[in-house]
Amino acid sequence: MTVVDQVSDWQKSAYIAGQAADARVNVELEAEGMTLNIGPQHPATHGTLRIVVRLDGEQVLWADPVPGYMHRGYEKLCEVRKYPQVTTLVNRIDWLGSFANEVPFILAAEQLMGIEAPPRAQYIRTVLFEMARLANITLFLGDMGVQLGAITPVFYAFRDREHVLNLIESATGGRFHPNFDRVGGLKDDLPKGWIAEAKEVMKRVRDFCDQMDTLLVGNDIFQTRTRGIGVVPSAVALDYGLSGANLRASGVDWDARRDDTTIAMAWKHADWKVWTHPDGDSFSRYWVRLQETRESTKIIDQLLDDLPAGPIMTKVPRIIKVPEGEAYVQTENPLGVMGYYVVSKGDLGPFRVKIRSASFNNISIAPWVLRGVYVPDVITILASLYFILGDIDR
Amino acid sequence: MSDTPTETEDAPDAPDAPEAAVEEEVAAVESDPAREAVLAQLTSAFGEAVLASHIAKGDLWVRVANDKWADIVGFCKETLGFRFFSFLAGLDWLNNTNLSGEKLWDADAEATEPLPMVAGYAGGDTRFQVMCRLHNVETNIGITLKVDLADEAPSVPTITEVFAGADWHERETWEMYGFLFDGHAGLRHLYLPGAFEGFPLRKDFPLLAREIKPWPGLVDKEPMPGEDADEDEEVPAE
Amino acid sequence: MLALSFPVETAIKIGVIMGVIPLGSLIFVYVFLFKMMSHMQSRLGPMEAGPHGVLQPVVEALKFLQKEDIFPERADRLVFGLAPFVVLVSTFMLYAVVPAGPSLVVEDLNTGIFFAMAISSVSVIGVLMAGWASANKFALIGGLRAAGQLIAYELPLILAVVGVVIQAGSLSLQDIVHAQADGSIFGVSAIGNPFILTQLVGFLIFMVAAQAELTQPPFDMPVAESELVAGYMTEYTGFRFLFFFIGEFGTAFAFAALGATLFLGGWYIPGVEGTLANVLGPIALGGKIMALGFIIFWVRFTYPRLREDQLQKFAWKVLIPISLVNIVVTAIIKVAV
Repeated sequence: MTVVDQVSDWQKSAYIAGQAADARVNVELEAEGMTLNIGPQHPATHGTLRIVVRLDGEQVLWADPVPGYMHRGYEKLCEVRKYPQVTTLVNRIDWLGSFANEVPFILAAEQLMGIEAPPRAQYIRTVLFEMARLANITLFLGDMGVQLGAITPVFYAFRDREHVLNLIESATGGRFHPNFDRVGGLKDDLPKGWIAEAKEVMKRVRDFCDQMDTLLVGNDIFQTRTRGIGVVPSAVALDYGLSGANLRASGVDWDARRDDTTIAMAWKHADWKVWTHPDGDSFSRYWVRLQETRESTKIIDQLLDDLPAGPIMTKVPRIIKVPEGEAYVQTENPLGVMGYYVVSKGDLGPFRVKIRSASFNNISIAPWVLRGVYVPDVITILASLYFILGDIDR
Repeated sequence: MSDTPTETEDAPDAPDAPEAAVEEEVAAVESDPAREAVLAQLTSAFGEAVLASHIAKGDLWVRVANDKWADIVGFCKETLGFRFFSFLAGLDWLNNTNLSGEKLWDADAEATEPLPMVAGYAGGDTRFQVMCRLHNVETNIGITLKVDLADEAPSVPTITEVFAGADWHERETWEMYGFLFDGHAGLRHLYLPGAFEGFPLRKDFPLLAREIKPWPGLVDKEPMPGEDADEDEEVPAE
Repeated sequence: MLALSFPVETAIKIGVIMGVIPLGSLIFVYVFLFKMMSHMQSRLGPMEAGPHGVLQPVVEALKFLQKEDIFPERADRLVFGLAPFVVLVSTFMLYAVVPAGPSLVVEDLNTGIFFAMAISSVSVIGVLMAGWASANKFALIGGLRAAGQLIAYELPLILAVVGVVIQAGSLSLQDIVHAQADGSIFGVSAIGNPFILTQLVGFLIFMVAAQAELTQPPFDMPVAESELVAGYMTEYTGFRFLFFFIGEFGTAFAFAALGATLFLGGWYIPGVEGTLANVLGPIALGGKIMALGFIIFWVRFTYPRLREDQLQKFAWKVLIPISLVNIVVTAIIKVAV
């Protein structure tokens, strides 16, 4: 204080004014942080998802996903459709593995009618279901690399995925929206030569998985970026309804294909393994999906070897009326567990359809898991949770 | 032989009778000890609050009292092991007032009287219900819990204390149906834009696309060029 | 050589710099970005403009030049406009000291490498200017990340070069080339003594630090495409973006040239002397530049990117200690042997 005593009044007031100005600037600089909009147009979100984050430097204070940019009102639309017309709509929920969206709804309708598809149709349904899984997850395997900066693996993913899509197209007529399921079976039988070609494509997909093993899983930088990032303990995962590979990567050994034995599909006729990982971080989610892709190719191989002969449709009336009742059927879709809760009043169309889509629950955990992580890790975690906008928004 | 563990619905409506007959048939054909045990545990723990139930086709429905909703969900999670939260949704049992009967599929049909309101499995006394689906990943049993909501100011306690993941589901049910979840930290729009008025999934909320234009999906109403007017809908032959 | 008057000589020098950098960056863009990356990703790349798409870089440059010059509404116009020029200036000046032959050097400063390192740091200012003036939060994050990264990786770059300087005994790049040309490996002077052999550690550190200085993956946090769209370059379009682009690839060219000069012997071809070296020297240098560029871009297309804090840890805790040890060892050997 002795220095201040010796200076003039003008200098004192100038000094105090300077301090006040500094304080004001400091208050502004120390304000709670910067609000950043990741999306709705952003290279990392698979579609129009908007995540509002509050940043302190590079760290996230809180994150708030704002879905709904693609909400199409499927549940209301299903109420005014006849049962066969609903499959056209629900193809477009998870548009990468779209055959898989039709199956639980058709199974629910069949359950209410008390019928089952013939064995050949069940096998082919399962094969196409697993191919939908391949089409979906191979894109994920490459895409996770792109989100982290490795731009090359995604080209290999698209190259090998083309073959799977060609197979689906030659069987169903549509690469992305097959609309192939019918209540009681399938629309058509497989074309000639399809089985042999499918075996070839399965070899290619297995080669691709080996390439991803070397390129990404074995890469030190990939491991540094994903190990320990976005750890979701199994209790929290169950609380939020995380499903599919996300749940199995947290150590919970549950797979609706293996565990739900009453469902009318052919998984129980193949010998395959459920992969889990104890860590629950982003790396384990990637790793589990890689192993599951290989496992899917084995399932398809086995089912195509044992394909039973027989009809493709059971006898159903020309006009489908589903008796009164309620049914909930869930299957292990590529993105997670997808279920349809169908309420029928004995009419030509459903009374109420509740679509339980996997990504909705998978992304609802974002506010919890994104607290306190760095901005690059936000991208890593979202990429590893893997969502499709149509699945979140329905 | 199980003593028809399904207490049939208290609602006095006639359409319950065929359902009761079906139930007895099903119960006679296959009893479901695992689910019956779950139901027995629930009833013994909560007694009067378990209003009705239904076991059929390898699945379990239970309707519970409104004030005990959160407690029962918590009991299912902690004690009965239903730790996987699948979803929470709303149900509106009113039949479509604008699109009912034949008018649903044929824009030129006569408008008919809407059918009387009838709830589904495990019954229901009110128009609005909330349902919650839980799953037990160890025993692979699923349970559907239902609860009735009042017609004016429908509300039910929140289950976000029990299952954190219910947050988004309750927000969506609120914005689509208008149900209030007591105790929810912040019910705000999830899908709809901020200024949206009305509750879209309610049966009396009009589907505007149908109001504007008759349903184009009836192929037999509008023949394709060059074909006769007798085309079927897309129900496949053998 | 020719005794030209000062203005003519200066004009020629300016012409050389103005011509070499864009030409070099165009060649880099075509060979590595369009063709090498495409072939590694099992696709063909541009094939339409010219045979095998040779004219594609020219076409792209013309496309950028004819675009509208957009300023974001709240951008600081002066700073926003100047930022690409600052980056480009530092790129052009880098090439002023690299020799392409015994008498083909724009300016043989006796503080050659010091000047090069100093001038390359000027680009940090340009990046910060771009990030700040864009009035865009993504750009700001990118600019700040860039500042941190570029400053952090300056040090290993310089320390790696110090080893070479100690061994050559001079800061001038021409002298460094002569030291490699006239040196010998264990008495065998057939190929001279390219410093990559004795300074292998320094070479590796130089390549890693150069990758970071160029903000290429695995060190491309400032331009992390999947997070920040384009980082500090997000708001730039048209010819300003072209300048950033030329700056990026021109700097890659210049760093590859520096690396070739410091570690691979520059323009020196064993057995070639005098005026022949003036003719073949640029070709030899060009070949060595392409080899180093191949390594830089190969790593770029393959690896994911490191996170900012991992990147900083790597620089401060790994690269700098190793390069310090390298300097000490070099100094001891130089004095003792």
